[in-house]
Parts: sequence; C-alpha cells; structure tokens
Amino acid sequence: MDNAGYCNESFNSLQSGTSDEDMVEIAGATLDFSSTDDVPPLDRDYTSGYAAHGGGGDVLNGSTKLMDLLDEPVPGVGTYEDFNTIDWVREKSKDRDRHREITSKSKESTWALLHSVSDAFSGWLLMLLIGLMSGALAGGIDISAHWMTDLKEGVCLNGFWFNHEHCCWTSNETTFQERDKCPQWKSWAELIIGQTEGAFAYIVNYLMYVCWALLFSFLAVSLVRAFAPYACGSGIPEIKTILSGFIIRGYLGKWTLMIKTITLVLAVSSGLSLGKEGPLVHVACCCGNILCHLFTKYRKNEAKRREVLSAAAAVGVSVAFGAPIGGVLFSLEEVSYYFPLKTLWRSFFAALVAAFTLRSINPFGNSRLVLFYVEFHSPWHLLELVPFILLGIFGGIWGALFIRANIAWCRCRKTTRLGHYPVLEVLVVTAVTAILAFPNDYTRTSTSELISELFNDCGLLDSSKLCDYVNVNASKSSNELPDRPAGHNVYTAMWQLSLALVFKMLITVVTFGMKVPSGLFIPSMAVGAIAGRLLGVGMEQLAYHHHDWPIFKGWCSPGADCITPGLYAMVGAAACLGGVTRMTVSLVVIMFELTGGLEYIVPLMAAAMTSKWVADALGREGIYEAHIRLNGYPFLEAKEEFSHKTLAMDVMRPRRSDPPLSVLTQDSLTVEDVEALITETSYSGFPVVVSHESQRLVGFVLRRDLIISIVALSPVYRLPAENARMRQDGIVSTSPIFFTEYTPPPPPSSPATLKLRGIMDLSPFTVTDHTPMEIVVDIFRKLGLRQCLVTHNGRLLGIITKKDILKHMAQMANRDPDSILFN
Amino acid sequence: MAESMYCAGIRVLIQLFFVICFMLMLLTQTTDAKNSGDVRCKCICPPYKDVPGKIFKNNVSLKDCNCLHMVVPMPVDGKDVEAYCLRCECKYEERSSLTIQVTIIIYLSVLGLLALYMVYLTLLEPVLKRRLFGHTQLIHSDDEVGDQQPFANTHMVLSRPRTRSNVLNKVENAQQRWKRQVQEQRKSVFDRHVVLS
Repeated sequence: MDNAGYCNESFNSLQSGTSDEDMVEIAGATLDFSSTDDVPPLDRDYTSGYAAHGGGGDVLNGSTKLMDLLDEPVPGVGTYEDFNTIDWVREKSKDRDRHREITSKSKESTWALLHSVSDAFSGWLLMLLIGLMSGALAGGIDISAHWMTDLKEGVCLNGFWFNHEHCCWTSNETTFQERDKCPQWKSWAELIIGQTEGAFAYIVNYLMYVCWALLFSFLAVSLVRAFAPYACGSGIPEIKTILSGFIIRGYLGKWTLMIKTITLVLAVSSGLSLGKEGPLVHVACCCGNILCHLFTKYRKNEAKRREVLSAAAAVGVSVAFGAPIGGVLFSLEEVSYYFPLKTLWRSFFAALVAAFTLRSINPFGNSRLVLFYVEFHSPWHLLELVPFILLGIFGGIWGALFIRANIAWCRCRKTTRLGHYPVLEVLVVTAVTAILAFPNDYTRTSTSELISELFNDCGLLDSSKLCDYVNVNASKSSNELPDRPAGHNVYTAMWQLSLALVFKMLITVVTFGMKVPSGLFIPSMAVGAIAGRLLGVGMEQLAYHHHDWPIFKGWCSPGADCITPGLYAMVGAAACLGGVTRMTVSLVVIMFELTGGLEYIVPLMAAAMTSKWVADALGREGIYEAHIRLNGYPFLEAKEEFSHKTLAMDVMRPRRSDPPLSVLTQDSLTVEDVEALITETSYSGFPVVVSHESQRLVGFVLRRDLIISIVALSPVYRLPAENARMRQDGIVSTSPIFFTEYTPPPPPSSPATLKLRGIMDLSPFTVTDHTPMEIVVDIFRKLGLRQCLVTHNGRLLGIITKKDILKHMAQMANRDPDSILFN
Repeated sequence: MAESMYCAGIRVLIQLFFVICFMLMLLTQTTDAKNSGDVRCKCICPPYKDVPGKIFKNNVSLKDCNCLHMVVPMPVDGKDVEAYCLRCECKYEERSSLTIQVTIIIYLSVLGLLALYMVYLTLLEPVLKRRLFGHTQLIHSDDEVGDQQPFANTHMVLSRPRTRSNVLNKVENAQQRWKRQVQEQRKSVFDRHVVLS
C-alpha cells in the first residue's frame, strides 16, 4: 500500500487495540449494521445541530469570514444513505476517539469518572435489557401461537384462552387411549351442529379448519402489507447483510418489530409449513436495535451497534430452541461478519438472560423451554453409523435440491406476474396446505408437535399409533421395551408419514419466501425427522425379523432393546437442517442441547458432516447465501477463496473506454463546479487531488457529506423566509472551496471561501495497480472497506469499490454481474 | 436539538417502562400463582395384566405426588400393587393460567387494534379526507427521492418549515412521515421486488 504515512497509522491503530478488539477470525463470521432510525438522521440531527451552529455564526460577521468546518461539524456528516455500505474503519476510529476522550476526562471530576464507569457498563446493561425483552416477547409468541393453532380445531369452554392441552389439564375424563378428550373442549362440529362423530361432523370440522387458516393468513399478509412490508420473509439473509456493513433503514424498527411479532403468530397458526426460528432472530435483532437508542455509545456508532446485533441474533436462536450455547455459535457461524471476543461473552450473557426469562414465563407449563425435549438415553451401536450416514446423504441431497427449487420459485416471484399478487398467493398456498393437511393426522397438528412425537421413543406409557407394537411378553415387568414386531397401527402410521413427507417436501418450497414471516428450521427438521423415523422403524423391524443375520447377531439378540427409532428421527432432523443451512458446529450443539445427552454427539456429527459434504458437492451455497445472491445484496462472502490471478488494474474503474476519473482538486474549485459535478454524476465519493496535472492524492470525500455541507452552509438553497435565520454569510455560487489546511486570505471584494477539509478522509486506502486481486479482496474483507484507490507510480489512477469486486467475482464464476444491485 | 432529543428520550423511556412493567407482571404471576387450578400431579399407569391403562390427576402437593397416594382406588390386589406401581409414572406440574390469560387478551387486543387501524387507513381515511379537503389533498403524490436532484431533495428535507410545536401538528407530521416510509418500503418489497424476494 502506498501513502505509507497515512496507511501505517491506521494499520498501527488497528493493531494496538486492546485484546478485546482482537478479531476472532473464523470463516463465516459476519457483521451487520442496520440503522434503527425510521427517520434518516439527516432530518432530526440537522435541525437540532443547526441552532448551535447558527449561534456561533452570529458572532462572525462580515463577508470575509471563513466557514471553518473543523470546529463544529455539520450534523448529518458521517451518517449514511439508505441501502449503502458503512465505512468500518471510520466508525471504529470514531469509537476509539470517543473512548479516549472519556477516559482522559474521567480524571477531572467525579461526575466524569461516573460517566466513564457507566459508559463501560452500558454494554452489559444493554445485553441484560435485550435478553429480558426478547425472552418476554418469545414467551408471548409461544403462548399465543399454541392457542391460535388449536383455535382452528375447537374452543375451550372453561376459558377461551386455553388451548386444547391446557383445557383438559385438570380434567379427570382423559383416558389412557384418548389423552386429549375432555368435555370442556368442544370442537367446532360440536358447537355448530352438536355432533362429534360422523361424516357431517368431519366435513364441518374440515371446513372450519380451512376457514380459520385462510382468515389467519389473510390477516397476516394484510397487516404486513399495510404497516411493515419489511416484516415478511425470514429475515436472516437481510440481517447477515446488515451485519456485514449494509444499511437498510427501517428493517429493524419499531413497526417492523410489532408487525413481525403479531403476524408471526398468525402465520404459524394458519397451518402453513413454516417455522418461527428465523423470524425470532429478526425480532431479537429489532429489540437490540431499538434498545440501542437508549445508549449514546451505540446509537451514534454503526460499528458498535453491529456488535450488539450479533449478540441479539444469538438471543433469537437461544429463545427459539432453548439453546443458549447453540445460539451463540449460530450467531458466530452463520450470521455475524466480524465477531470480536468481547461479543462472544456478551452474547452468551444475553442468551442466558433470555433463556431464563423464557423459562420464568413458562410457556409450556412444565418448565421446559422447547416443545421437543427428549429424555431417552438408550445406547447406540457402531454399526448404526451406516444408516446415520445414509440419513446424512439424504439430508444433503434434499438440502441442495430444496435450495435450487426454492430459489427458482423466488426468482419466478420476482420477475413474473406471480409477484404482483402477494395476497392472493398467500391465500392460495394456505388453502392448498389446509386442504391437503387436514385428512392426514400427522400434518393436521402443528409441525412442532409432529417433531416431538417423532423424537419420542416408545415406552410403556405411550399409546399413540406409532407405538402400537404387538405385545409379545406382556408380563415383563421392566420399564424397558424389547424390540417387537409392529402392530397394524404402526404400518398405518408409516404410510401416513410417507405421504406427509412428500407433502412437506413440496409445500415448503413454495412457502418459504412468501410475504408473511416464515422460518425454515422447523419444516426442514420435520422432513428429516419423518425420514429418520421411517428408516428407524424399518431398521427395527429388520432387526426383529432377521435377528439371525450376521450384522445383527452380535448386538441385537431377540428380546434386547437395540434400535431406537426416536434417535433416527433426531439424526435425520439434524441432517436435513444441516443440508439446507450448511450449519456445522452450531447445529450439533443445538441438537444436543435439545436432547440433553452427550451420548448422541457422534451420530449427530456424522450425519451433519455427511450432509454438508454431499450438499456442498451439489451446490455451493446455503439457503441464506443463495437468497442474498438472489437479491443482489453487496455481501462479500467471507468463506469463499478468491483464486484467480487478476490484478487490481483489471477491476478498477475507469476502464480504458470510460471517461476519466471524476476528481476534485484541492483549491481550484468553486461551489457551482462541485454542484455541477454532483448533479452530473452519481458516484458516492470523489478523490481529492492536488491538481489535475499532478494527480497526487490528498484524500477522499463522500458525496453525502459534500451535499450536506454545501446545502447547510450556503444560503443559495434557502427559502427566502429563512435566510435571516439560517445564514452562513457570504457563501455564493462562486465561492471557492478549499480542501487544504491553510487557505490564502481572500481579496476584499471576492466572496467568502468554504473550507471543507473537515469532511475529507485524509487516509484513504490505496493499492498499486499491480496488486493481485487476492490481496485486494482480502483487504476489503478484513478491514471492511467500501472503496480503495488505485495508484500508479504514486499518481492516482482509478478506484475499486465493493460493488466492482462483487461484479468481478460474479464474472469470474460465470454468473451475471448485473445481478449486484446495491453498492 | 435538545428538545427533539429530549422528546425522543422521553418516548423511549416510556416505552421501556411499559415493557419492563409487562415483563415484571409476567414474572410475578408465575411465582405466586398457586391457586388450585394451576398445580397438578399426573400419574400415567400402563395396562397391566387385564387392568386397562388409566390416567390419574389430582392437585396434591409435591410430597404426595406418588403412586400410592394418587392411584385411588387401587385396581389390583395387595401383592401386585408394587409391580403395578413400578410401571406408573407420576409427575408434578405447575402452570400459570393467569399468564396465559393475560397474554392472550393482550395479543387479541393489539391484533384487534391493528386490524381496525388498517381498515381505517385503507378504507375510511381516503373517504374522510376527500370529504373534508376536496381533491387538492389527494394530488399529494409521494416524493420520488431520486438521485437526479440531490440538492433539491436535500433542501426539501433540510428546510422543512418549523411550525408551532403543536401536539396535533407533530402527530400529523409524524404520521405523514411514517406513511411515506411505509409506502417506500412497500414499493421496494412488493412492487419492484428489490429487497426481500
């Protein structure tokens, strides 16, 4: 890098940070910035800061005064446009300056000392608040979703707010076979026509189910459309992009939070094949963003805010699964871009607080955090690794095919007329889902209940269809059950489950990405759990009927309990989830936090690794990266290696056929020249050079800052009525603009000069034109740059922006470079 | 600057206060809701010889939650009682029906309010506006904030006329601004499909 003085200084300042600031360089860590303001700070901050500036301006009179921006920066400078990338280096150095100032002032008075202590603690307080708020919201969502799901089937006469299970909680009329029947719970057929059995009652129940499902999904999509269009979808791809430095204003705002919470419950209750884990991550990040406004340290600094959002993402997964460690690892592996060590500890704290809050609210009435908490600890045999690896292969293949199908469908939605009817699309998909799901017992109930039933190992106390085994030795007194031949009901359950498997595989392709909050974890786990259970029961029957085969002889003698279909379901769920999202460590940790047993780590890891390898062989990206690429977000993938031998001068702009680089000179421009340049071009920044002939670099100035400074400081654009109030004397169209440190005193009759050195970045990053692109891409990734200047023999030659790099990478991979939409 | 920051700070503090109150309310409900409908002991006894499976429920305290106290009347004779009870599983469970009730009622009220507001915004407000203000107000098309006129747009944003800080005017301004934002979001998500496929 050239400009040794400037760049070394910034490089040293990066290295001399405290150990807390060390980057944990783990592939896949990403950062996300999202502004929480619904209103661009340009509006509020400007009016608030202008009064201060105007007060100072009154003292300066006369037309020869210099407008010195170094002392009082115009508010609004240093903020970012919507759909733009932030400048990480600038934000981090702003935070270091602020911290330095606070520490140096803390020695002056007790008040300042208290201020510095409270500043240090503000991070922890913020984490505590985020955990509390997210835990409370997640508890509310769980309770409401459970109630509304059961509302499709009936209502409780004891109190309409009870769902089916809680209605029959104290009743003594439940029997061993029918655990859910009690007189207080009335199905709709009973209420409307007074019958419980028979064809007519079935039809009435069917009709009411479909009607409720349609009502819920219609309400969900209308609310999303009317109040917060950003609340649709999963949210994780956008949060990944935001954490890597992108700004989407309003994506993590108050209205998005409220609408996402309310419509998530509606969407889940309408029976659609979606889950709530992804949207819970979005909800938690919204809480994080909103609570950041209470603390100046995080409100004003986009880099610090993204640290908080990384922790909030961990909180989201933690409340969804009841897995705090898994949540932190998920945030580290999937969602975050930069993940300092400090964030690791804080995320864990926030995730624990959230899990504790959720447990106190106690949504399931039995002190469990998650619906499918399994308790069995039966051992598994080494030979069972073969079917586990088979499940892994199935998960990988399904994951890759699902991603392709879903992306094709979403692209269809973006480009064809399908996208013009979002409400109709949601209603049609809901109708199809409800109509096809009602007849099959396994799809009628909510997906979480299906998964918990599949994970459950059959014991003496179970009476479901899946556990209807023929009792060979009825007088056995132990609690363990040997492998037994399947009864008639088990075969019925098997083919019903196969139908459910096919149905879920197809309908999830169409459901994920609709204009309601939709998550992906639960449907993928359901597909895997069904496949796993089918394989498990198959293996069990094989071992029973052919126990004299050599592979079973050693360990599975008749009368022994050797194969646990519930374990196969769990492994299948992990394999499918890993195939779709390509999670590795976080998936295994989440699954074993769900089961509470360390015995099953090896099968889970085997299946997860196999599924990831198979899925990676078939398609490079996970579902979230695929959606990022579909939307054209400027996300520089941290996991990909750039392996081509291009040089910086192949990628930089301007190319040979383009007009020359638009630069500003440091002392020969007037206000109207700059305005003309800004109006004619649409670049987001301009390098500043000494002169057009020498092209020696001075610095870099951003378009937004230029516009704000010129508009704020010149009365040319004021309305006549406001000239008296907001006046910076003397700046007219012909005023010269100086970027230098020392300006010559202007002759008496010429207009006042405008000094804009304060908004210029004096240490832009530069590379020479022969720098290999591998190094340039590495620099962009590691430092979070937005643009980089290219010099040749010390003279400015061109510029490389993040968008250019993304387009270049797309071209190298034979993809369409025009799909990168933002910069 | 001080005033708007002050107002924003007050607003945030009030919101935070409500959130904390709600959470505290939820937390305290769970700790002292021990009325009779909220605790139970559930014993599941599987089929044994020719006795069918049965479920026993009662609200007893934790120390009495075992087979001998719960399974009344005992369906088997003296020497089989132990074998029968070994297979039974008794669990003590608590719940908070007040939490459930409060949560559902709050959720339904918020949902109802939002649905009513949505109906008002989409159906009633244009009708009312048209009756009160005539056609001029409806020509208010939302601004196309494009890059063609950067200075004019910035000028419009920066030099918003400072009206009297009337509460109604502020609410009206805030609502207009919010509606514009939602419209922008709707255009990018639903119409142009730029964000969020």
